[in-house]
Amino acid sequence: MKRYVLSVLVENHSGVLSRVSGLFSRRGYNIDSLSVGVTEDPGISRMTIVVKGDKYIVEQIKKQLNKLIDVIKVIELKPDSSVYRELILIKVATTTKQRAEVIEIVNVFRGRVVDVVSESLIIELTGDESKIEALINMLEPYGIKEIIRTGLTALERGNKVIKEHN
Amino acid sequence: MKATDAIVECLKKESVNLVFGYPGAAIMPLYDALRRSDIEHILVRQEQAAAHCASGYARTSGKVGVCIATSGPGATNLITGIATAYMDSIPLVAITGQVKSTLIGRDVFQEVDITGATEPFVKHSYLIKNSKDIPRIIKEAFHIAKTGRPGPVLIDIPSDILVEDIDFYYDEEVNIRGYKPTFVGHVGQVKRAFKRLEKSKKPVICIGGGIITANAEKELADFVEKAKIPVVCTLMGLGGIDHSSPYYIGMIGSHGHNYANRAVAEADVIVFIGARLGDRATGENKLFKNNPDIIHIDIDPAEIGKNLGTSIPIVGDAKNVLNQLLELVRPLKTEDWIDYLTNLKRNHKKASEDNDYVNPKYAIELLSDMLDDNAILVGDVGQNQIWVALNYKVTSERKFFISGGLGTMGYSLPAAIGSAIADKKRQVVAVMGDGGFQMSLQELATIKQNKLKVIILLFNNEGLGMVREMQYRTYKSEYAVDLSSNPDFIKLAEAYGIQGKIVKNNEGLKEAFDEAINSKGTFLIECMVNPKESTL
Repeated sequence: MKRYVLSVLVENHSGVLSRVSGLFSRRGYNIDSLSVGVTEDPGISRMTIVVKGDKYIVEQIKKQLNKLIDVIKVIELKPDSSVYRELILIKVATTTKQRAEVIEIVNVFRGRVVDVVSESLIIELTGDESKIEALINMLEPYGIKEIIRTGLTALERGNKVIKEHN
Repeated sequence: MKATDAIVECLKKESVNLVFGYPGAAIMPLYDALRRSDIEHILVRQEQAAAHCASGYARTSGKVGVCIATSGPGATNLITGIATAYMDSIPLVAITGQVKSTLIGRDVFQEVDITGATEPFVKHSYLIKNSKDIPRIIKEAFHIAKTGRPGPVLIDIPSDILVEDIDFYYDEEVNIRGYKPTFVGHVGQVKRAFKRLEKSKKPVICIGGGIITANAEKELADFVEKAKIPVVCTLMGLGGIDHSSPYYIGMIGSHGHNYANRAVAEADVIVFIGARLGDRATGENKLFKNNPDIIHIDIDPAEIGKNLGTSIPIVGDAKNVLNQLLELVRPLKTEDWIDYLTNLKRNHKKASEDNDYVNPKYAIELLSDMLDDNAILVGDVGQNQIWVALNYKVTSERKFFISGGLGTMGYSLPAAIGSAIADKKRQVVAVMGDGGFQMSLQELATIKQNKLKVIILLFNNEGLGMVREMQYRTYKSEYAVDLSSNPDFIKLAEAYGIQGKIVKNNEGLKEAFDEAINSKGTFLIECMVNPKESTL
């Protein structure tokens, strides 16, 4: 089972998300993450879908997605030619004593502290999966209270845009 | 203009002159506009039948079938009909009423999320939120339903939107950026395909429903004759080639002709055209023992490679691709191969006689000899489906309809009604078992009301024969399902003003068929069939 990242242009109206997610569940495809947002054209949204599977499954997913009337374009974003990013917010337990130590770790990762109270901090970090996993590992000893992740979002490197793909 | 009048206008622009439906509160405004229009409305007796009727109508007329139902239970009753059409790629537009847009999501009376419920088995669906979108959406819906790989499209319209006023417009062109079907085959691929065929010693063409959908029967016959390639078909492909053609072998599949299965098992190249290689057709791919090269022609790219690895994929409309192949065609050296297959077919044993009951296989053979050259036969589901599929000869201009993909019992009677309404000149026959008949027999009232003529051939074996057979084979128990408390079907038909006759053995069949064929109105022939009669 390999991980594949698909970038999908869809019509920006209600019901599209349920059509896409419904397709995955009813055909038994596994979604690792799905993130969606509006594009430079307000009528079009773009989804980044991370799936696990083999070549056959990904081929099927692309074809089945293309069959949906609301889907405008599907491309696969390969790791070597794409930028993968994810945003994470972590609420980590800190005593007053530990606070400076935690902030130091966050600085190494070029993360930001976005909320402080006496017993905890909220840390914001953007990066690829390995960077995010590394920060989580570093913070675990202090006690992670909550984590929220946006899921992967991605863009192809270089000048070419999704609409120029066949 | 009232939104409902706009809907009627749009339907007319799409050359709809007849719809099937069943009214209710939420859809009432549309019914009022329909009443004032010259669009004919056929009232069914349950909404599922409206979708099946529209399916039979679409398959007969080549137009998009339209069915209308109200919100809630009206809409949910359509579901099986919509799913049936989806699996067999039949173009339908289903219009449902919805509760007021301001009340959606509050679980009000007769509210159901029908766009959500039908999502897995519609080609597309719309919940209209703004009345000014109505003309655009209806235009798109018809375009989507009938182009590419056809299928059902659902339009759900809240009742408050139905009563709004809108400015009418109707675009000539449709432009949906996410929907651009490929109609013409890739030239290079078509060349590769024929090159591969030229090297083949044992080629077979396997056709599915796509040949019929694309109206490619003539092109197929041309190609087959010029290339000299034997043809087998799937259940949905029956009728795609004239059964009297010397190149036609038979139907493949788990319930297919064994000689047709032999043909694909021994082939070195198989060309699938408009077939999705469903499990019932390919025996979960166990049929292809010889590891043949697969050339797959289909308008739906997602079908290529889904169930079977493909050597040469060609995306396109069957008619276009066959025309492209016709430009390259040269006769192949297949005489020995065809002789071998036709011998297998010739030596296949015929239906046996049985004096205590009607032999359904013989009955279908006889009916096949007696019907017109352009008769329409609609089959149901169960043993009777296979009896028909294996023994009916779809020759000349005949048409053959069946619920192939979903296997919906109760399909044949309403679909035959739709056919009879679409073409009043052709003989229309509905074949079914006693199980399937009782799933749709309320539609006898639709027949009565519209004075239709349908020949109903009912095989009564007092049970669900195929279920019984499976039970016997799997669990060694014979009677988990027993329908022996059937009503008196002849009397029941009589209650609807329909003539009928019981036939107890093969001897009475010819006379009964004659009587049914010559009768002015609908005629029920109830054949008593041995409960232990086998499917194959």
